[in-house]
Amino acid sequence: MTNVADIWVYLAASPLFGLVLTLVFFQIAQAIYRRFNHHPLLNPVALSVLAIIGVLTLFDIDYETYFEGAQFIHFLLGPATVALAIPLYQYRQTLKDLWLPIVIASSFGLVAAGLSAFWIAQSLGASIETMLSLVPKSVTAPVAMGIAEKNGGVATLTAAFVVITGILGAMMATWVFKLMRLKDDRVKGIAMGVSAHGLGTAKAFQLSDQMGAFSGLAMALSAFIAALILPWLMSAL
Amino acid sequence: MSDSTSDRLAGFSFLGLITLLLAYQLIGEIIVRVLNWPIPGPVIGMFLLFISLLFRSSWAKGWIEPSQHFLRYLSLFFVPAGVGVMMHLTRVGEQWLAIGAALVISTLVSLVVTAVVMLLVMRLNARIAGVKKHD
Repeated sequence: MTNVADIWVYLAASPLFGLVLTLVFFQIAQAIYRRFNHHPLLNPVALSVLAIIGVLTLFDIDYETYFEGAQFIHFLLGPATVALAIPLYQYRQTLKDLWLPIVIASSFGLVAAGLSAFWIAQSLGASIETMLSLVPKSVTAPVAMGIAEKNGGVATLTAAFVVITGILGAMMATWVFKLMRLKDDRVKGIAMGVSAHGLGTAKAFQLSDQMGAFSGLAMALSAFIAALILPWLMSAL
Repeated sequence: MSDSTSDRLAGFSFLGLITLLLAYQLIGEIIVRVLNWPIPGPVIGMFLLFISLLFRSSWAKGWIEPSQHFLRYLSLFFVPAGVGVMMHLTRVGEQWLAIGAALVISTLVSLVVTAVVMLLVMRLNARIAGVKKHD
């Protein structure tokens, strides 16, 4: 009979472990989120990330081992980004009328996010690496990581900042819009896509299809704009 | 439509959707590598798919429903990258105030700035369009 320890050694090293852990915890987190009427503080991504880190630390499993399984989920970010073309297509008419405001607003939002993060971190004594890793954090993960890596930041640190920003954006958006007395779903969607990339978009789709489509558009557009202007901005800082 | 037909259609369209998305992503990745662009392949793939849909509207309708099902899980796909923060726990522990304040405040700033600029330019845009109509 195989020893329990042997089974554990197999499990902890198997890609299946990271994969199943992620799927199970995300669904539990979603159930909790639904149970408490989508309370912003119970964001399912935040809950499952914390729980997974807890389990990995408890059993002394490193991130690389976990990622061997989790990469299959991570990979789906690619096709999901491509899929945003479809809701975009559904709102092509509004898009045609509003492309100029969207491009201008996305550029301003992107630069405001990067510069304010940099200056706040600087004034509170963060290291230069941390500061530069913060600049592209509102952009979707693969773009932000590429920009950080080439401009003095740390790619994996930026990835974590990107996800935390997305969670924060999804948590704060409804509250901020209420304070601003903002009614227009198109404007809300653009603000969420620029500020909180795919996680903002996921939240926006929950609120309305139109908001989701605009958020997806803003996210894709700001990825383009970011790739063009952030490297230049970061070398000037 | 009977249940079995709709099941079969859903199964078929999901496989079709994932093939479509991966194919466009692949084209995007190839373009990015050939032209040595700093933009990720999936973003190029998304724009190419959008343009293709504009040219073939009849084809686009069938993808709407399966894509909605797929995009429902968008936030799940960010979980593995989020767990990556555990590699930087020492750094985050040492600079938690700077990092925390920077992330929270800049996200707030970004939401407000984007929304305000969008509203202003939309208003300006509408006024210009209005003037053009009067001319």
